[in-house]
This record gives sequence, structure tokens and C-alpha cells, in this order.
Amino acid sequence: MMLPGFPDAAPLAGLAGGVLIGGAAALMLLGAGRIAGVSGIAARATGNSNSGMSLSSAWMFLIGLPLGAVVVAMLGGELEADFASPLVLAIAGLLVGIGTRLGSGCTSGHGVCGVSRLSARSLVATLTFMATGIATVAVMNAAGIEVLP
Amino acid sequence: MMKQYLPPLLSGGLFGAGLALGGMTDPARVRGFLDLFGNWDPTLAFVMGGAVLVMAIAWRIQPRMAQPLFGLKFAIPDRSDLTPKLIGGSALFGIGWGVAGLCPGPAITALVIEPVSAAIFVAAMLAGMLLVRLVEKDA
Repeated sequence: MMLPGFPDAAPLAGLAGGVLIGGAAALMLLGAGRIAGVSGIAARATGNSNSGMSLSSAWMFLIGLPLGAVVVAMLGGELEADFASPLVLAIAGLLVGIGTRLGSGCTSGHGVCGVSRLSARSLVATLTFMATGIATVAVMNAAGIEVLP
Repeated sequence: MMKQYLPPLLSGGLFGAGLALGGMTDPARVRGFLDLFGNWDPTLAFVMGGAVLVMAIAWRIQPRMAQPLFGLKFAIPDRSDLTPKLIGGSALFGIGWGVAGLCPGPAITALVIEPVSAAIFVAAMLAGMLLVRLVEKDA
């Protein structure tokens, strides 16, 4: 399906992907009693957080992420994509690691799990990272800095 | 044992499949969404909308359950204080997100799509997390 005015958008695939992500977060909440926040779970798995989730659960969740992509690829999903250069990836990764620990979450924990329960902290966090993300891309574009091939 | 390992593995698998299906493992799509003042790609809004919708239903069910299906008790964040740390951290995260078009979930998922690039990002992200832990320990 095409979205009028946005020929490159993939609204149906996006919505379907979102429903799967919501289902995954719902399973984590109703099944294990926990928040499916990827940055928190990654920190837990690597000893950078001592939130109550068991180490085995944290690792199982993280291992599941790429396995899910493998399933999509096997079902015919086109997943090839261009990534930024190593230096840019390293700088961005460092900022994301520092920021998500200080900010107690990322797009999944705050953006999906927190926003859907109208948590004040998550709403503020999500508006903040959306705003700085949009500003960052706008400034880079204005300066003519291209990071993706 | 199955009860312990299967739910988080299944949750991670569904999560990764959703990210891949929704195009979120493609940095160009994510940066396209953040390019609000340029060539805007609204796909990420559909992903987030679908996820929030399903999760909002889960939050309606959760209070009616005495305990999780495969666990002993719910462990849900209960803080409501808006601190400079929350806002400053989220601001930094957003900058990193915008620079490369990657956040933690898609980056880890992309380890099977573009292994070297994703690994560089994930390693730097974990280094950042370690840095915060070390600095906070000394503080």
C-alpha cells in the first residue's frame, strides 16, 4: 500500500512490524512481569545494570532479536541496508550507550512500553530523544554531512 | 527450564522480527523519519503506533493479573520524577540515534544483517554503558 504523498513509506509493513513488537513487549510484561526495554536488558546482560531480570532471561531476549530477523529473511523479507562508516557508528553507539543509561531507557522501554502506559517520565524521555534526533538530522543535512552511502 | 528460557527468547524473537518487518533495521528508514524538515518518511510512526496500541491493551490486562503467567511477580518501574539526568540522557541518546539511524534494538537485531557495522555500534554502545556505570560508582 502506498501512502499518498509519501511514495517511499511502508505503512502496512510498519504497522505489522509494530504489532509484532507490541506483542513481544506484551509477552514480556504479562509472561515475565517485566519491561521489554532493549537498552536496559543489554546493560543487564553485560553487567552494567543490576535490574532484577535474571541474566539468563536477559541473554535469551537479546539472542532472540537477531533470530527474529533471520525468520523474516527466511520468509522473503528484504533486509539489506546501508550503514554508516565505522567511525560514525562508534561515535553514535557511544552516545546511545551513555544516553540510554543516564536516561533509563530507549525507544523500546520509554517509547513503546512507557508511552503506552502514559508514564510521565517515558513521555518526556520520548519527546526529548525524538526532538534531539530530529534536530541532529536537520543540522547534519543543513551542513551537508552525509553518513549513509 | 522451558518456562524460564522460552518466554524471553520468544519475546526477543518477536521483537526482532517486528523491527525487521517494519524496516527499522534500515538506518535510512529511521533517519528518514527523523528528517521531519526534509524528505520525511513516516514509516516509523506506524511501527510505533502499532506497538503502542498492542501494548496499551496489555497494560489494561496487567492489573487484573495477580502474577505474570511464567513468573512470580511483576517488576514495573514506578518512578515519576522528571530529572535533569532523564532529560539530558534522553537528549544524548537522541543525538546518537540521529547520527547513525540506529537505536539499541535494531542495532542488536542487525548483527545478522550487517555483522561488522552492527557489532561496531553495539560495542561502542556497551562501552558507553560501562562508562556510565564506572563514573556513577565513583560519584
